[in-house]
Amino acid sequence: MKTLINYYTIMKTQKSMNRVYPMILLLVFTVFLMGCMNNEKTVYDKAEDIPVSQEMIAELTSPPHVPTPVGARKAKKLIVKMEILEEEGEMTDGVKYVYWTFGGTVPGSFIRTRVGDEVEFHLQNHPDNKLPHNIDLHAVTGPGGGAESSFVAPGHEKVFSFKTLNPGLYVYHCATAPVGMHIANGMYGLILVEPEGGLPPVDKEYYIMQGDFYTKGANGERGLQPFDMQKAVDEKADYVVFNGKVGALTGDNAITAKVGETVRLFVGNGGPNLVSSFHVIGEIFDKVHVEGGDMINENVQTTLVPAGGAAIVEFRVDVPGTFILVDHSIFRAFNKGALGMLKVEGEEDTKIYSGEIRDDIYLPEGPGIQSMPTTDEIVESEIPAKSFEEQMEYGKQTYMQTCFACHQAEGQGVPNAFPPLAKSDYLNADVDRAIGVVLHGLTGEITVNGEKYNSVMTRQTLSPDEVANVLTYVYNSWGNSKKVVTKEMVMKVKNQK
Amino acid sequence: MKTQAFRLLLVLLVFQSVVFAQSEGMVFIEGSRYIPLYGRDSTVVEVKDFEMDIYPVTNSEYMDFVTKYPKWQKSKALKLFTDKSYLANWKNDLEFKDSEHPNSPVTYVSWFAAKDYCECQGKRLPTVDEWEYVAMADQTTKDARVKPSYNEQILAWYEAPRSNENSIGQNPKNVWGVHDLHGLVWEWTMDFNSVLITGESRKDVDKDSNLFCGSAAVNATDLMNYAAFMRYAIRGSLKAKYSMKNLGFRCVKDTNKIN
Repeated sequence: MKTLINYYTIMKTQKSMNRVYPMILLLVFTVFLMGCMNNEKTVYDKAEDIPVSQEMIAELTSPPHVPTPVGARKAKKLIVKMEILEEEGEMTDGVKYVYWTFGGTVPGSFIRTRVGDEVEFHLQNHPDNKLPHNIDLHAVTGPGGGAESSFVAPGHEKVFSFKTLNPGLYVYHCATAPVGMHIANGMYGLILVEPEGGLPPVDKEYYIMQGDFYTKGANGERGLQPFDMQKAVDEKADYVVFNGKVGALTGDNAITAKVGETVRLFVGNGGPNLVSSFHVIGEIFDKVHVEGGDMINENVQTTLVPAGGAAIVEFRVDVPGTFILVDHSIFRAFNKGALGMLKVEGEEDTKIYSGEIRDDIYLPEGPGIQSMPTTDEIVESEIPAKSFEEQMEYGKQTYMQTCFACHQAEGQGVPNAFPPLAKSDYLNADVDRAIGVVLHGLTGEITVNGEKYNSVMTRQTLSPDEVANVLTYVYNSWGNSKKVVTKEMVMKVKNQK
Repeated sequence: MKTQAFRLLLVLLVFQSVVFAQSEGMVFIEGSRYIPLYGRDSTVVEVKDFEMDIYPVTNSEYMDFVTKYPKWQKSKALKLFTDKSYLANWKNDLEFKDSEHPNSPVTYVSWFAAKDYCECQGKRLPTVDEWEYVAMADQTTKDARVKPSYNEQILAWYEAPRSNENSIGQNPKNVWGVHDLHGLVWEWTMDFNSVLITGESRKDVDKDSNLFCGSAAVNATDLMNYAAFMRYAIRGSLKAKYSMKNLGFRCVKDTNKIN
C-alpha cells in the first residue's frame, strides 16, 4: 500500500504538469495489483507452469549432510555447479582406491530443489581427469536424464537446464561408457525435489547412500586396488558400504541425534549391482516415502532401496544408545562394510526399554568351541611388516577390522560381555596362550582383572603375519607389557597341535 | 640423444629386411584386415601399409615446430583452431613452464594444430582404424585384445595420476616397435569423431547393435571391451579445437615403396 500512496502524492504535486501521468498511474496500479495477486497462493495444475522469479546458487553438501530445506520459498532459477574429480581415496584402513566423484565425495554432493525450480546445471570436468563424463539425473524429464547434453571432456564445462516437475528423492549418476564402471567407481548421488512448501520440518536430516565396490584384491587386501570388471560383471562385491568407504558413518563419523528428536534419512543406493535392505537396528521407521515417491508407508522395519533408487525414512528416537544402520543382507554389513551408526544421547526411558535386568547362567548340554567355517589356506598378507612401526601400523588395521567390534577402540572391552585387553592381567601373563586364543578361539569362564567373563570368542581367520602384527599392536598399546610377537612365535603355537 | 640414435639404429637393423625406405623415427606397419571395436559398419576394416612415429610428439619437438611456424605459438594461434587451454602448460610463446619436461609428450594441443604439425613434416595424423590396429598389439602379439593382461595394463593407466608428465619411451614397445600408445596420454586421430557417440552411451548401445554382434564374433568379452570403450568415449567427447592435459598425438605416413 505504501507504494500506492507514494504515487498518489507524486500525482498531487505534479497534477498540473502533464497529462500523461494518469496513464502511468493506471499502468503502475495494474502492475501493483498483479503483484498483489501473485502474493496470494496460486495453484498451478502443471508444474511446468510454475514461474521462476530469481536466480540462486544452489547449496551443495557433502554426505552425510544435506542443504537447508526449501521451506516456503518460491520456485527459482537454481544454478548448480558440480565438479567431477578423479582422485585416490581410502576404502578401508590400508586399502586405497581411485574414486571418480561428483564434487569430490562418494556419494556426490546433495542437491536440494523444489517443484517448479528451473535448474541450470553446470557440469565441470576437472582438467587433471583422464576421462569424459556426463550426468543422468533421474529427476530430469528429457533424453538420457541430461546425459546427452552433459557429455563433457576433461578441462571443459557443459551447461544444460531442466525444470523439476515431480517431487521426490532421485538418484543421479554418470552414464558414460562403460556405464557400470563409472557407477562402480562412485559416480552417483541424490537430488531431492521438495513439494511446494517443503517437506514437514524435522529435527535432524542426513544423507546416506549405499554402493558396492569391486577390487582386484580380496576384501582387506592392502595397497592401491584397481577396479575389477570381471567381479563387477559377476556381481561379486568385495565391499558394500555406506557413503563410499568402510567406516564413513561409524565411530567419530557416526550421525547423531537427541532423545525425542525426529530423524529423517535420505537413503539412496548407487549400486551398480546390489539392492539394499535398509534397516536400523533397534528402530522402527515411523514413515517411509516408499522408493522416494509420494506414497508413505508407516511402521516399517526394513525398506528395500533398489539400485538406482532411493527412499526417505523418518523416525523419532525415544531412547539413548547407538543404533546400527545396516544393509540387512547381513553379511554385507558385518563382512563387507555396509554398517553405519546413529548415536542418540539423552535420558533413558525404562518404560520403552529396560536395559539388561539379569544375567543368569544357562548351560545346555554339550557346548563346544564355536568355529567359523574356513578353508585351511589363509592367504599370507602380501607385504609382510618390515619393522616394528609397520607391525604396529598393520596390526592396528587388523585390530580395527577384526577385534574392534568386541574389544572396543581402546581395548576397554564391554563390561560383563567382552573382557578388556587394556592392562589385562590375563593377556600379559602368557603370550603363547594369547596367540592360541587368536588362532583357535576361546570359550568358557575366565577371570580378567578380577572380573569373571563367560563368553565365546571364535577362532579368527588371520594369517600368521597378521596374528603377529595384531598381538604386537595389542601388547604395545593401552599399558600392556610391550612384548613383540613374531611370525615364528605364532607358527610355534600353531604347530603345537 | 645418443640413446635415441641407438634405438633408431636398432630399429633399422630389425627392419633391414623390409624393402621400404624407413623414415627417421618411424617404424613400418604392415597393413591387414581386422575387426575394430567400433567400425563404420562394425565389420572388418582394411588397413594399408604405413609408417608410424615410434614415440608421441614431445614438448621439445613441438617447441621446434612453433619456432619454425609462429602461427601456432600460444599467443598467435587462431581462436577458431584452438581453445583457451591451448598450450596451457607453456609460460609464453617459446618457453614451457618449469614443471614441464622437454621429453614429455606435448599436450594441450588442438586437433588443428596436431594435424598441421604432421603435415609440416610431410606426414599426417593416423586414422582411428590405423591407430587402433597398431594399439591392439602388446609386446609379443599383434592382436592382444583378448589377453586379460593387455587390458589390465591399459586400465591401470586410467588410475595413474599425472602420467602425462612422464617421459616418452618408458612403456615397453609393442611388437611393431611402437612405444607409448597406452600408458602415457590419449592421442588425436584424423577422424576422431567419426564414430558417432552421442554422449548418451546407453543409447549408443541400442543404435549400434552391430557393434555387439561384431565383437561377439571375435569372442569379445566385457573385459576386452571396456578399455577400448573409454578411448572411443574420450574421442567422442572432443571437438577439434579442444586442448587437454592428457591428450597428445603422433604422426603416420603412407609408405614409399622403393622401385
